[in-house]
Amino acid sequence: MIHILAFYLFAVLVIASGALVVLSRNPVHSVLWLIMAFFNAAGLMVLVGAEFIAMLLVIVYVGAVAVLFLFVVMMLNIDFAELRAGFVKNAPLGALVALILLAEMVLGIGAYRVGIIELGTPDGTAAPLLGEGNIENIGALLYSRYLFLFEMSGIILLVAMIGAIVLTLRPSRAVRAHQDITRQNMRRPEDATELKRPEVGKGVDL
Amino acid sequence: MIGIEHYLVVTSILFVLGVLGIFLNRKNVIIILMAIELILLAVNLNLVAFSAFLGDLTGQIFAMFVLTVAAAEAAIGLAILVTYFRRRGTIAVDDVNRMKG
Repeated sequence: MIHILAFYLFAVLVIASGALVVLSRNPVHSVLWLIMAFFNAAGLMVLVGAEFIAMLLVIVYVGAVAVLFLFVVMMLNIDFAELRAGFVKNAPLGALVALILLAEMVLGIGAYRVGIIELGTPDGTAAPLLGEGNIENIGALLYSRYLFLFEMSGIILLVAMIGAIVLTLRPSRAVRAHQDITRQNMRRPEDATELKRPEVGKGVDL
Repeated sequence: MIGIEHYLVVTSILFVLGVLGIFLNRKNVIIILMAIELILLAVNLNLVAFSAFLGDLTGQIFAMFVLTVAAAEAAIGLAILVTYFRRRGTIAVDDVNRMKG
């Protein structure tokens, strides 16, 4: 009972926050609704027993991606009212495409409900569960069968990191004085200082 | 009892919302990127739901890879956005046509 209740709570909230991401006037609010959507999606994943992916979603999306979005939205000083100009004009086309897509998906699910199509049946090729618990199973599978894909995703992240740095790095305009070690070492006390012996009562001409 | 079709309905609606967001906010790249994140989230939920209901962990592994690629895509997209904003002073994408020659 509590399971069903939690599912409907998470489902309604994830859909509502998804709608508000798209419809919200202020992009900062959009980002905050996006965070809400991620949390509720993580809740939906916990309900089917995929707690590792759920935690990953919270850490990666909420902790990194959403904060990155928030930084960019706040860093760029943008007039957002101007950007919303085509909102009403584009609405009919968008609604049409969305309705067609939704109708297709609902038709597919309806066909499944009456038993015309099968939505994937276990065929014995499923990855064997090697450990105890979700995280152990994922680890056992990830580091054996999908090891190369795992390493490749590491390379993708590396390339993305380097790309983002290269794209946004701006060489600083102000030229800083460089330290010239040779000149420093060539400099002798005689070049820099001068010894004078002024007479009594007179000053020194500089 | 909650079956797989419940999850499919939720993810379909989320996916369609993402597509709608791309159409509605055609000028604002930030919202478009967020809508793409919503679409990828729907795909991830779908993968995890099928993985759980079929008892096959492969879906969760691939959900992780989708997550990786989504994070990389968001980082690169926002970097391009920042560079573009520095150069042009705006992020309206419907006049990004300087490169058509």
